[in-house]
Amino acid sequence: MAGTQINRLSGKGLVDREKTAHFQFDGEAFSGHPGDTLASALLANGVRLVGRSFKYHRPRGILTAGSEEPNALVELRNGARREPNTRATTIELYDGLDATSQNRWPSLRLDVLSVNQLATPIFGAGFYYKTFMWPAAFWEKLYEPMIRRAAGLGYPSKLTDPDHYEKSNAFCDVLVIGSGAAGLSAALAAAKAGARVILCEEDFELGGRLLAESDEIDGKPAQEWARAAAAELESLPDCRIMRRTTVFGAYDGGVYGAVERVSDHLPVPPEHAPRQRLWRIVAKQSVLCAGGIERPILFGNNDRPGVMLAGAVRTYVNRFGVAPGRTAVVFADNHDALRTATDLAAAGVAVRAIVDPRPQASAAAEQVAGEAGALYIRGGIENVRGAHGIKSVRVKDAQGGSKEFDCDLLAMSGGWNPALNLTTHLGGKPAWDSALSCLVPGEDLPPGMQVAGAAAGQFSLQACLASGEAAGAEAAKHCGFSPSALRRPAPAQDRAPATPVWYVENSRGKAFVDFQNDVAVSDVKLAAREGFRVPDHVKRYTTLGMATDQGKTSNLNGAAILAEATGRYLGAVGSTTFRPPYTPVSIGALAGHHRGKDFRPTRLAPSHRWAEEQGAVFVEVGAWMRALMYPRPGEAAQETVNREVSNTRTNVGVCDVSTLGKIDVQGPDAGELLNRVYINAFAKLPVGKARYGLMLREDGFAMDDGTTARLADDHFYMTTTTANAVKVSQHLEFCQQVLWPELDVQTVSATEQWAQYAVAGPKARKVIEALLDAGQDISNEAFPYMACGKFTVCGGTPARIFRLSFSGELAYEIGVPARYGDVLIRAIMKAGAEHGIAPYGTEALGVMRIEKGHAAGPELNGQTTAHDLGLGKMASTKKDFIGRFMGEREALNEAGRAAMVGLKPLNPKTRIASGSHLVKRDAQATGANDEGYVTSMAYSPELETFIALALLSNGPARMGEVVKVCDPLRGNETLAEVCSAHFVDPEGERLRV
Amino acid sequence: MTIMRYSLASLITNALTGNRNWKPVWREPEPKSSYDVVIVGGGGHGLSTAHYLAKEHGITNVAVIEKSYIGSGNVGRNTTIVRSNYLLPGNEPFYEWSMKLWEGLEQDINYNAMVSQRGVLNVFHSDGQRDAFVRRGNAMRFYGADAELLDKEQVRALVPFVDFDNARFPVRGGLFQPRGGTVRHDAVAWGYARSADSRGVDIIQNCAATGFRIENGRIVGVETEKGFIGAKKVALCVAGSSSRVAQMAGLRLPIEAHVLQAFVTEGIKPLLDTVITFGAGHFYCSQSDKGGLVFGGDIDGYNTYAQRGNLPVVEDVAEGGMALIPAIGRLRILRSWGGLLDMSMDGSPIIDKTPVDGLYFNGGWCYGGFKATPASGWCYAHLIATGEPHPYAAAYRFDRFGSGRVIDEKGMGAQPNLH
Amino acid sequence: MRINCPYCGARCLEEFTYRGDATVKRPESIDESARDAWVDYVYLRDNPAGLHKELWHHGAGCHSWLEVTRNTVTHEIVAVELAAKGR
Repeated sequence: MAGTQINRLSGKGLVDREKTAHFQFDGEAFSGHPGDTLASALLANGVRLVGRSFKYHRPRGILTAGSEEPNALVELRNGARREPNTRATTIELYDGLDATSQNRWPSLRLDVLSVNQLATPIFGAGFYYKTFMWPAAFWEKLYEPMIRRAAGLGYPSKLTDPDHYEKSNAFCDVLVIGSGAAGLSAALAAAKAGARVILCEEDFELGGRLLAESDEIDGKPAQEWARAAAAELESLPDCRIMRRTTVFGAYDGGVYGAVERVSDHLPVPPEHAPRQRLWRIVAKQSVLCAGGIERPILFGNNDRPGVMLAGAVRTYVNRFGVAPGRTAVVFADNHDALRTATDLAAAGVAVRAIVDPRPQASAAAEQVAGEAGALYIRGGIENVRGAHGIKSVRVKDAQGGSKEFDCDLLAMSGGWNPALNLTTHLGGKPAWDSALSCLVPGEDLPPGMQVAGAAAGQFSLQACLASGEAAGAEAAKHCGFSPSALRRPAPAQDRAPATPVWYVENSRGKAFVDFQNDVAVSDVKLAAREGFRVPDHVKRYTTLGMATDQGKTSNLNGAAILAEATGRYLGAVGSTTFRPPYTPVSIGALAGHHRGKDFRPTRLAPSHRWAEEQGAVFVEVGAWMRALMYPRPGEAAQETVNREVSNTRTNVGVCDVSTLGKIDVQGPDAGELLNRVYINAFAKLPVGKARYGLMLREDGFAMDDGTTARLADDHFYMTTTTANAVKVSQHLEFCQQVLWPELDVQTVSATEQWAQYAVAGPKARKVIEALLDAGQDISNEAFPYMACGKFTVCGGTPARIFRLSFSGELAYEIGVPARYGDVLIRAIMKAGAEHGIAPYGTEALGVMRIEKGHAAGPELNGQTTAHDLGLGKMASTKKDFIGRFMGEREALNEAGRAAMVGLKPLNPKTRIASGSHLVKRDAQATGANDEGYVTSMAYSPELETFIALALLSNGPARMGEVVKVCDPLRGNETLAEVCSAHFVDPEGERLRV
Repeated sequence: MTIMRYSLASLITNALTGNRNWKPVWREPEPKSSYDVVIVGGGGHGLSTAHYLAKEHGITNVAVIEKSYIGSGNVGRNTTIVRSNYLLPGNEPFYEWSMKLWEGLEQDINYNAMVSQRGVLNVFHSDGQRDAFVRRGNAMRFYGADAELLDKEQVRALVPFVDFDNARFPVRGGLFQPRGGTVRHDAVAWGYARSADSRGVDIIQNCAATGFRIENGRIVGVETEKGFIGAKKVALCVAGSSSRVAQMAGLRLPIEAHVLQAFVTEGIKPLLDTVITFGAGHFYCSQSDKGGLVFGGDIDGYNTYAQRGNLPVVEDVAEGGMALIPAIGRLRILRSWGGLLDMSMDGSPIIDKTPVDGLYFNGGWCYGGFKATPASGWCYAHLIATGEPHPYAAAYRFDRFGSGRVIDEKGMGAQPNLH
Repeated sequence: MRINCPYCGARCLEEFTYRGDATVKRPESIDESARDAWVDYVYLRDNPAGLHKELWHHGAGCHSWLEVTRNTVTHEIVAVELAAKGR
């Protein structure tokens, strides 16, 4: 198989030639070596055509050797693990790799939609906005589905991602981003000074461009130096090296987001290992050494496979030992790219010509050309031939002559741009460097960040080494360390002025700026003509820079064309904003393990296991799982609920109420605090008594309700609704710490500390008595309705008992420390067996509270007032309390407001659906007639009718009126009579027996 | 003022002439010394206000001044969703009117804004959430909007890849508004700008307001980076920066500035045909015509004027996405960004006069600004032209905060970051 | 963003809950004459671009309410104090 690697160069590169990795591309078998990327392996095998472009479906090859790649996107893996749009240039080759080209049908070579190219004159920038409007209905039916099918790139898997993801936190003194010459130097300087260093490298090898160049450092090959530097860093105790880790974003407070591709270089993740891991790195200082990104020079048909950035060509030759072509032309406006000619020639690739578009001839270039056996031509590329891979290029020289060169590789370079993206994530703006003709990091860097090497516009090797070392030392110094003296002086003159050439004028065919999104030079010019004159407008109008590469190789060329088209200085045109992530990050990594059942924590009540044993059906209530009902075999849901309700009303039932919020309020001013948070008075509540309370928000609307018991003079025990437990706890802390810190009181949530059960029904007392240790009295006289106290049960277990009732029956709530909850529920069931006890769930609880007209979540929805809930009279007029002043505003108390009433259907068997709206009996269901809505409904087994609670305009004054209950959503209308919300035992006699 | 009408014929003609004859979509005029109306803010709402002032009220001596380029604020930063699935009588008629304007927008302005009525689905997980959606769906029906209650199987038919089997909050059904959907957001700004410009409105970019000239309680003009511009009426339309701008006129607002992050993935072949909202997970998502999944979640939750957010919300949104659609784990986010929201004290907007004669205010849009763009402009233009609030926006007054007639859809009270 | 809690040290954002402007003061009077002060307190905010004193709750830590002085343009935090202090 290795024999197919026709472009593998002997004796070059860092791949492991001892081993072979077999892989497939579009179903064809190939081989490469560990250390290859998919791109280098494809090139080694002579594969140049790897994808199709977004809009015109033009054949595309490999442009770069890094994460900036716009063209070579493939679908990696299959089935549930399929990853569309994966850059072949960053895919680490592994044995068994399977990749497929994308955005083509039926095949890569024969793509039907490449017919779009014929219509390119019409498909110019912004053409969508000018057409597809006639007739209007055709947009959704015809045009848009057509566009959607043609657009997009790879196919997503529609199956659940089978892999795992993790999140981790890391803390360090100095975070170094990038491990090229600058990054290694920075990490060494900081770590040797004693700083805790984390070094992140997106590649699987440390070294950055050092791996790609034939440079020397300190007299040794640069690759050797990089290896030695890495080894030294590994040996230092407080330096952590993270390969395959991209720092994708800078956030406030020195927080950096990074993603580590833990297992992407393997066919599947090892057992118990994640595919990727999100790192939240907190760094006191950071040094950005992300390097540079080469930019192209644009010319007609510059997107043909075989046209490649010059630096990438060197990467393939030097790092991977691959010749991306056998006959090359180099087209560059800078000195750096000449090395490509030299390296190609040294590797045995014929270099036909060095084409130099600059106005002045370059003696250095001429010399390199001579050494490489190439012609030196001042001029530009006029056209490229060869649809699926270039066959020749036509060069137009400065004198107007034109010459065709047969070649299969065109290495181009328009200079380099600093990869400064992270410097702008916190709002900083890059600055224009007119000498370098590129954007460089501006003044307003993220706090604690320094930039070194090419990312700072320090492009030469010496400058990278020196600036990296200096920045690493400086960062360590900021963290309180004393770095030793710098070893590498900054080079005296390193800012070779650039003479950038952005595109070749009058070349033939489309000259692409943004390769992936098929934005051509002509599109940018058209946008400018139509008035889109700032880079952001051009971007949005033409889609330049919006592709998966976010314009890494295209933004500045686009800005340059715009500058020219609008007659402005390029440095004044500005740029679009770089945003996180630096390179695309998988949603899986950002989500970590928070998915499926583990999406959010699940809170289980102390009786949960017991309830499971009883066959309970559970329901999510916030984070809690609560027992909805306890069905018996063969029972329909309504039968279960009816049984649970009836049994509670005739015998005794038990319900786990541990999920209610419980807050301990202690201190001499505890009563005063409660006086200020509840609308009714609590300060004078006697010890041993509980009271129902309603609290408002400061805007006067109801916030929460519950009972609060006084266990001692300076000790209250508050309960809240399950949903509002955290909110109320935080509210009390706000009142106590911010509003009235002078009050001597402390509050603490005790929700998790107490298991609590409601034992309700005519026989409830007998059950509780059976649990009580001897000598304690809960007779009606000793322990009347709303009494509370501390007891011991089941042989010395401390318990708090409250004679409270939500169900409307004789009832007790009994609380024990949470660890005894499971034991207690079993003891209650045992003690209640002879009295016919049965557990009831939240559904039955809901029925009973509706029968009693108690407000709950659907009524306490944040939009209702005390008046609406019929609780207005509870409010004390003798004290200030939270929400009093604003709650007294007329609009919160006027009669026309929708206030709580009961509803009974005229036909008792007709269900009144919650969420139905109410209108007058003869009115139509329109907005103007809307008078309120149904909040809660239930079937009352006791009354043998459906009943409901509703908020009805002026409701309390409309008792006996028949209203229409409208549910147009489901096409139902019915009539119901307005009645008191207290359906069962309105006088509360059952509570007091 | 001439306008080049867009038609199939114009496209083909221009293609044949190398697309050299397309004219600027709008002029770049210097400001005149005074106008009947100066609209401060060249975003979606400001430009639609200008369009309707000119078209519906014949008021064309109008300038829109914009501190940056038009459409540089929230109209170009949102997740492009349009819907009218509101609950309260103060809101639903307004948003339903907006929906109707969206439906006729492209013919109205001769610009394809890609109004795509692909449906908006809100999933629910419990009986309580279902009942809340039933209340909402019925309110929508009462006001003439469309709404359908879907059961689990109907939801599955729409979005088969949603996690129905292993979810922490299993999907039990949804409220669906088929007429809801998405609109190409930038095109809304450009289309309104082009239409307003063609009717004589001056759109003046790179012209920040730096102060207001008020004489005897009446506005007489705006100080700008390009000098003083006289105006009989000045209309603020700068949601996200409302407090900063209003402060120059001495106004203190019931508004906090917050950032909402949004995200887009790499383009993929069609996966998601509707807009889907997952309330329990703070996640909403659609797929753009280009193929990217466009999604967002909660605001970051602290006052900010930086158009960027932090990592916890990024993670929270991704978690919501994975919980709802576990197939998207291997799709990659290619860009995140932030837009500044006017989070008002009750979660609803304000379109009203101010205590300064001739100074009008439009803001407080919270999450709802983009979908409101047409109706906001329509009602604001009505207010500016007639001096009377438009009936659809009659509840959007400042005085509701004093009176207590707040429009609090979520029931969260005066805590802006919870709306 | 990280907040340096006086009790717990520097902690990441997700441990805290935000409330808002720390400078608004609850009126002491509940007379009708205090109406404007109440409307101000409950509904109106300076919402400055720049330094902002604001309340955060350390719910995943010590449960302190903190008064944080933070720049709303840069997110730089310049001071953190216990809210109970000095009230």
